[in-house]
Amino acid sequence: MTPGLIYALVGIVLFVLAAGGVILLTHPVRRILAFNLMGSGVFLVLVGLAQRDGQADPVPQAMVLTGIVVSVAATALALALARRLAAGDGDA
Amino acid sequence: MREAVRIAVLLGGGALAVGLIAAVLDLPPPAVDLPEAVAAHMAQSGVEHPVTAVLLNFRGYDTLLEVAVLLLALLGVLTVVGNEAGTPGTAGAPDPVLQTLARLATPLMMLAAGYLLWAGAHRPGGAFQAGAILAAAAVLLNLAGVLPAWAVPRFWLRLGMAGGLLIFLAIAAGLLGQGALLRYPPEWAGTLILIIEAGLALSLGLILAGLFLLLGERGERR
Repeated sequence: MTPGLIYALVGIVLFVLAAGGVILLTHPVRRILAFNLMGSGVFLVLVGLAQRDGQADPVPQAMVLTGIVVSVAATALALALARRLAAGDGDA
Repeated sequence: MREAVRIAVLLGGGALAVGLIAAVLDLPPPAVDLPEAVAAHMAQSGVEHPVTAVLLNFRGYDTLLEVAVLLLALLGVLTVVGNEAGTPGTAGAPDPVLQTLARLATPLMMLAAGYLLWAGAHRPGGAFQAGAILAAAAVLLNLAGVLPAWAVPRFWLRLGMAGGLLIFLAIAAGLLGQGALLRYPPEWAGTLILIIEAGLALSLGLILAGLFLLLGERGERR
């Protein structure tokens, strides 16, 4: 059981917990945060799994770096939509 | 009914977790040795850090499209807030200690961003980290009440936000003669990557800051 493999397993647990959150939580902001956490779980699996034999792999690391920035942007867009939804002016 | 859904999700989630963990533990070793392939081509990449080499050279088009996705998200945020009447600021009186600290921290953060941008060529760092720090500086100034939230951006801010992608696209277009998208000539690779990264760091900082500041409380300066 290498540290990389432990990261990957923790990532799986995080992903499943967050997926449960997306289904069970009702408040939009909580749901968005849970969705974001699902992504973090996936990143942890990608990076952890790639270095499970002890050697770091730059390719998944670069992909995850890309993914983190995209997930920040997606979360911001989702929050903007949620705020618009909360404002509740259906005149769009 | 609600309780039944909860139990079903818990059981399903547990089964999913067990299945995924079993699958990961059962994975065979990778068929392609990517670290080996990266290490073999490092000499032509123009940089000395493998992650930067993958990000901006070997898989540069991923990064190119990523910046496009960021701009798209920003456009989405602009569309959503564009026709929203700015809510007046609700924060109390500005805190002088917080404002002074934010003003002191900002130049240091810009310095750190510049260093990270430069360091990306040979150690962990690069455009994304530098952009994140620049954006964090803007957010800090906004939260401390020094920098007001942004209204819908005008030409120069828009140009700054799109500039990183435009520079990247211009270099990609200029290099199409090399036969493949974003194949740099090895002797120019280091310089081109630094130009792209500098543009990206500035644009990413503005975009990430914009994602926060465009959603901030607009209206009177607090």
